[in-house]
Amino acid sequence: MEISVIVFPGSNCDRDIAVSLKKVFKSNPKMVWHKEQTLPKSDLIVLPGGFSYGDYLRCGSMAANSPIMSEIIKCGENGTFIIGICNGFQILTETNLLPGTLIRNRDLSFICKNLPLKVENSKSRFTHKYSANEIIEIPVAHNEGNYFADQKTINNIEDKDLVAFRYCNKDGIVNDETNPNGSKNNIAGIINEQGNILGMMPHPERATDKVAGLIDGEKFFISVLESIQ
Amino acid sequence: MKALVKIMPKKGVLDPQGKAIEKSLNQLGFSQINSVIQGKLIEIEIDSINENDAQKIVEDASKQLLANLVIEDYEITITKEE
Repeated sequence: MEISVIVFPGSNCDRDIAVSLKKVFKSNPKMVWHKEQTLPKSDLIVLPGGFSYGDYLRCGSMAANSPIMSEIIKCGENGTFIIGICNGFQILTETNLLPGTLIRNRDLSFICKNLPLKVENSKSRFTHKYSANEIIEIPVAHNEGNYFADQKTINNIEDKDLVAFRYCNKDGIVNDETNPNGSKNNIAGIINEQGNILGMMPHPERATDKVAGLIDGEKFFISVLESIQ
Repeated sequence: MKALVKIMPKKGVLDPQGKAIEKSLNQLGFSQINSVIQGKLIEIEIDSINENDAQKIVEDASKQLLANLVIEDYEITITKEE
């Protein structure tokens, strides 16, 4: 299993994701600096969370134009698994590998807490270890996590069952009150049409160790592992 | 040559920053102010002999990086340097 974790100036979840991947995949990910022109052979590419380029201009906009990204776009189009978490999700939308974009949280405050999520699509290659509509708890930590796309794009995402996770409450209620950041349709994570790229704002890598409190992220990584094997 | 790129949120896109500024101004007593939208203004200097070339360069730069067309519109003004 070959995994690449891309490191941008300002990434700060790269080590966390490496620890989680090592635990689940029993394989040491390669840390790849964003200025590299070539990507090591990869079964899985991870764009980690953080504040690449200090979030200047727009979150993820500069990272999306880093030298390594043209390789990643090629790999993504050819079916390689790609996961973008938090800033990684923002980068994936800026490269157009995923539709829409992430704008400032509705209430203008940075949100840092454990939140319940509803597994909306439990058949995808990223989520099949979860049961249908399972409610899980995963930490979020973001200022620009408000998922936005025009209505046509949202309809397409919904019609094709590309929403992986939605924000909800502990009982699984999805509505405006249980929407922490103003995301359209409470969207917390989406999958591309080909089914090989996922972006999500919450941090599953922060929920893979009992010592740290939560373990609901483990099934996410096991799903990916089984899909690749 | 100089270019100014004005980037504004598209109509209908939530602009929480503009809303917060508007609220703050209202609290200061500017009760006549009833809408604030926050955008960006980017000033660029370009090595280019004519305005058409400059326009094209800045247009490409805006599409590729400066603006996100999902949520923003941009407007370019080219001026000869004084």
